[in-house]
Amino acid sequence: MRIPCPICGNRDSREFDYMGHALTLDRPAPDAGLGAWDDYLHNRENPAGPTRDLWFHGLGCGAWLVVSRDTVTHEVFGAELARDVTGGRA
Amino acid sequence: MRFSGLRVLKEGLTGNRGWRPHWRDPAPKSDYDIVIIGGGGHGLSTAYYLAKEHGLANVAVLEKGYIGGGNVGRNTTIVRANYNLPGNSEFYSHSLKLWEGLEQDLNYNVMMSQRGVLNLCHSDGQRDAFARRANAMINQGDDAELLDREGVRRLVPYLDFDNVRFPIYGGLLHRRGGTARHDAVAWGYARGADSRGVDIIQNCEVTGIDIENGQVRGVQTSRGAIRAKKVALVVAGRSSQVAAMAGMRLPIESHILQAFVTEGLKPVIDNVVTFGMGHFYISQSDKGGLVFGGDLDFYASYAARGNLPMAEHVMEAAMTLMPMIGKARVLRSWGGIMDMSPDGSPIIDRTDVAGLYLNCGWCYGGFKAVPGAGHCLAHLIAQDRPHPAAEKLRLDRFRTGHGLMDEEGTGAQHNLH
Ligand SMILES: Cc1cc2nc3c(=O)[nH]c(=O)nc-3n(C[C@H](O)[C@H](O)[C@H](O)COP(=O)(O)OP(=O)(O)OC[C@H]3O[C@@H](n4cnc5c(N)ncnc54)[C@H](O)[C@@H]3O)c2cc1C
Ligand SMILES: [Zn+2]
Repeated sequence: MRIPCPICGNRDSREFDYMGHALTLDRPAPDAGLGAWDDYLHNRENPAGPTRDLWFHGLGCGAWLVVSRDTVTHEVFGAELARDVTGGRA
Repeated sequence: MRFSGLRVLKEGLTGNRGWRPHWRDPAPKSDYDIVIIGGGGHGLSTAYYLAKEHGLANVAVLEKGYIGGGNVGRNTTIVRANYNLPGNSEFYSHSLKLWEGLEQDLNYNVMMSQRGVLNLCHSDGQRDAFARRANAMINQGDDAELLDREGVRRLVPYLDFDNVRFPIYGGLLHRRGGTARHDAVAWGYARGADSRGVDIIQNCEVTGIDIENGQVRGVQTSRGAIRAKKVALVVAGRSSQVAAMAGMRLPIESHILQAFVTEGLKPVIDNVVTFGMGHFYISQSDKGGLVFGGDLDFYASYAARGNLPMAEHVMEAAMTLMPMIGKARVLRSWGGIMDMSPDGSPIIDRTDVAGLYLNCGWCYGGFKAVPGAGHCLAHLIAQDRPHPAAEKLRLDRFRTGHGLMDEEGTGAQHNLH
């Protein structure tokens, strides 16, 4: 798998660390309640097909990316800087 | 049809013409007491124990593919009870005891081989952790022995003991652990369940779960609707999709785990050896292939095949631990879809839907759990209260924070196990 880092270009996936689904960008408010926090921390859509997840370019520029890819085919569609993304579900 | 040495001899002498299919191929009925979704090891063993222990045989196992096509036929077959934490300890202990009587119980040769599982340690800290784990195992009533470096050398002289980064300090030996023939386990349970009246229905994909007023009523399938009083969801890597049919979001992420096998060789590796620091473990199958694997690829995947970085990492770890393996040729590699839970431990529980039961979160360790999980889930379904060996495998532990079973001590969060 290669990940198209917006800063470094197309890079081997071994340069990245994986952090799971991009919905972790949608952090609930501190007082959102137990249900919201449980859902945020633990429960997952876990899609078979297109997904958006977080990758950290540790052996490159050090940026967090939101990568669009397919969990069934391993095809990577694109990547954007996480700081430019508002909300993981977007 | 009973298997015996005499029967094998007789069939051998008469052209093997007397063998019959091991289970029927029934059409689904419109109505069952219990429907089990998923014909992997866990689904089949659940059906078997429902019929055998609870006299409930109006049961169907619905499998979207074929028996043995999921993880039960893709794993590296290691069976052990060397866990550390309450919840896991008693559950895997229970499962190992069932393994020890399984062949007699099923009248089926699952090639259970208690050849010993040896975990290697490479530092004082790791040795201390092993001493603690060994005590936990002994307290649970299972077996554990700490070996020093010379003890390990006597058992597995072919390892590189003086590797600069990971010199071998000793090991934790669990003699009752070992391996079993994975396909035979699926077939043996399928045959056992079928012969007690359970319908095993292959090529039958569940596409919907019918719920009325909070009570499960049945399932929709590629072969029509089937009514049921109780439904169990036992689909391993596909748990999230099937749970979504019941409106549930699970604490599960599906990941890919790879495994590898070499060409057949003469007996060389007598035990199961694990090299945790290198994320590597190995055993030799009865056919002679060296069967080995490592860690997850570490990204969400349903591909049932991995990528090269992890393949390379596993090969490097193999060479680090046992340089002799460089002479063996790899025959093939494959992957399976693992149902990873946040704390790396499993779930056997009820759900918020009455009559709907859940079995998932087996991560990389669900083969050894096949007898125990089936036994405990059957108990839960039949009696509507958890079996004592599985009462801590609760779904709500993530929400409440009580009873998390984070064996690795890395935190009960996704992507850490
Ligand atoms: C490479 C690898 C190595 C492993 N090594 C070990 C090991 O050494 N020791 C160990 O203890 N564990 C090991 N495991 C883990 C173990 O294999 C699994 O945890 C265990 O097999 C999962 O339970 P199962 O057998 O019921 O799963 P499966 O065999 O995957 O059964 C689930 C079944 O559900 C079916 N299904 C899914 N969706 C539907 C639907 N909608 N309708 C109908 N049916 C459906 C699937 O087709 C599948 O057959 C390993 C796994 C892998 C991939
Ligand atoms: Zn970069």
